[in-house]
Amino acid sequence: MEIGLTQILFVSCALFFIGVYGFLTRRNLITMLMAIELMLNAVNINFIAFNKYVWAGRLDGVFFTIFVIAIAAAEAAVAIAIIINIYRNYNSIDVEDADVMKF
Amino acid sequence: MLSVTNIALIPLIPLASFLLLGLFGRKYLRENSGWIGTVALLASTVLAFMTAYNYFFVSGQVNGVYQKLIPLKITWLQFSPGLSIDMGILLDPISVMMLVVVTFVSLMVHIYSLGYMKGEERFATYYSFLSLFTFSMLGLVLSCNIFQIYIFWELVGVSSFLLIGFYYDKPSAVAAAKKAFVVTRFADLGFLIGILIISFYAQTLDFGTLIERLTTPTPQLHSIIATSFLGASALTWGLLLIFAGGAGKSAMFPLHIWLPDAMEGPTPVSALIHAATMVVAGVYLVARLFPIFAMSCPGALEVVGYVGAFSALLAATIACTQTDIKRVLAYSTMSQIGYMMFALGVSGYGGENGLGFMASMFHLFTHAMFKALLFLCAGAVIHYVHSNEMGDMGGLRKKMPVTHLTFLVACLAISGIPIFAGFFSKEEILTAAYEHNKLIYGVALFTSGLTAFYMFRLYFSIFWKKEFNTEHSDEHHSEGTWSMLTPLILLGIASLVVGFIPFGNFVTSDGEKISTAVNVVFSVTPVLFAVAGILLAMSFYQTENNMAEKVSVAFGEFYRAAYRKFYIDEIYLFVTKKIIFNLIGFPSAWFDKNVVDGSVNLSASLTEDTSELSRNWQSGRLQSYMLWFLLGLMILAAVFVFF
Repeated sequence: MEIGLTQILFVSCALFFIGVYGFLTRRNLITMLMAIELMLNAVNINFIAFNKYVWAGRLDGVFFTIFVIAIAAAEAAVAIAIIINIYRNYNSIDVEDADVMKF
Repeated sequence: MLSVTNIALIPLIPLASFLLLGLFGRKYLRENSGWIGTVALLASTVLAFMTAYNYFFVSGQVNGVYQKLIPLKITWLQFSPGLSIDMGILLDPISVMMLVVVTFVSLMVHIYSLGYMKGEERFATYYSFLSLFTFSMLGLVLSCNIFQIYIFWELVGVSSFLLIGFYYDKPSAVAAAKKAFVVTRFADLGFLIGILIISFYAQTLDFGTLIERLTTPTPQLHSIIATSFLGASALTWGLLLIFAGGAGKSAMFPLHIWLPDAMEGPTPVSALIHAATMVVAGVYLVARLFPIFAMSCPGALEVVGYVGAFSALLAATIACTQTDIKRVLAYSTMSQIGYMMFALGVSGYGGENGLGFMASMFHLFTHAMFKALLFLCAGAVIHYVHSNEMGDMGGLRKKMPVTHLTFLVACLAISGIPIFAGFFSKEEILTAAYEHNKLIYGVALFTSGLTAFYMFRLYFSIFWKKEFNTEHSDEHHSEGTWSMLTPLILLGIASLVVGFIPFGNFVTSDGEKISTAVNVVFSVTPVLFAVAGILLAMSFYQTENNMAEKVSVAFGEFYRAAYRKFYIDEIYLFVTKKIIFNLIGFPSAWFDKNVVDGSVNLSASLTEDTSELSRNWQSGRLQSYMLWFLLGLMILAAVFVFF
């Protein structure tokens, strides 16, 4: 069986929902950040797959993927800075502990 | 020459001394505060006498007519081009005369208090209050604007309140202060409404313009007379309401109930505020607006006359039955102010018609002297005996010779015995009443007999009747220090000589001289009445006998009613407690609690319930937010995909 667009979309879809699951279930902020990376990479796979199978000969999807990777790097830097600050304040990186912003 | 600075300093010096003593008196100036206040007032008095001399003999007259001078006028609040509240100085015969009265009596009281209040814990506070009062009263008499007079009017009310309640650890003094304040405040409401009515039609607050517009045929005068409400013109209503304010301050029936209670204050204060100066403010106010009363609204003036005459008679009747010497004097004050009021009431404007006006001012002047003297003597007696009750006194004439003599002079003066001050002024009042209104004349004549009776009842009970019982004070107690006796002697001399001032030359309704020869034939009747009163009092009270009791039993119910002040206090209590509190107070309290507070509480509890409902949405848990976000996203996606 030849691997086509459908199979790749299955992979990216699985990857995305693994990310969503991880994001919703893990309490550790680092793990949650990793889950976000999984979701971003699922999007990247989608871009590349559509670029190759639907719009071959153009590079828009590839460019977008590069953008996403760059922004994901920046986002990781900011997120880790936030996580470090949370750690300094709460002595923990459990998301359940940082809950002062409620009513 | 009249110097503006000198005149402005007359009220400003007491103000400065009030601030000085009020701010630093208690801590730094304790024993010296009396001297500071007295010296400051002495300066004011000298300036006031200089001003009076200048006004009456040098620069006040133009062609034989005394002018209204306005040496100083500062616009304070400008509402519209013609309507502003000014602060200024108005000099005319009555205000200059009042300057002299207020500063002189106040100075006497300041000196007297040096001895009387010695050793008092709040000595400095007392003097700062006295200064405040003197400042306010001087500001009141100098006012050139009806709103300025209202401001100072309230200020004298406040200082009176403070001084009545000076012994604030005595519940009766606190109650009296409150009563005085509430009753006069109630009357002042009428005054304020009166000012608003009058100034609405006259389009001015300035006395000069006001009087001019409401006495000559101008559009303003026509409009205010044409407007009628409940059968009287707006002018009548305005003037009557202003008179109501004056009646409250001057303790006219039915707003007189605060004055006898005000005697809870220190006695020198009663002499100054509740005898000589503040209580005549109402008379002064009517005199200030007199041209309007006399020329445009004789009806309102008639009311003034009848209220005055009735108050004079009522107070004299009550005074005959009281046993607290200060209360007797308080009712006598009310009665004498009644004289001044009805003298205005029977007066016309201009020339010989204005005899009543002149007589009223003359009586105000002489009354200030002898009534202040009476109160200061009473203070000396109370100081000696340590009691206000007549029963604890008697036979004091040998122990207190100076007080005895000066008290006698004052009693003769108030009774209207010839050559004493009261004779001349009362004579003019009775003449004016005789010419204009026989009913008021009859009341006045009878009242003057009563006056002589109750004053000599007081005199004989204090100084004769029985040997003084030394139980109440130690034998070595002296009559008083020089500071208490000097004012008595000075005021005694004043009570003797001020009657000879040709008052008609100086103070008249329109500024022109009127002749005031004493008519010997006419004065026989009032003097006979007075002598009869004195003889009656002498037979009752000079020695201990039971004639007075017999007579009081003979009068029966009437005597009891007069002793209980004709139940006027009880009527007031009934009206306020039973009628006003029950019919208006309780329903409005219910409305306030249930409707006004209720609606506020309802909106508060609605807000609270709503927030209770919605606050759980903000849990602070990142992942549940995310879940909701995702759910929303999926719903949106479903909507876009399937619809």
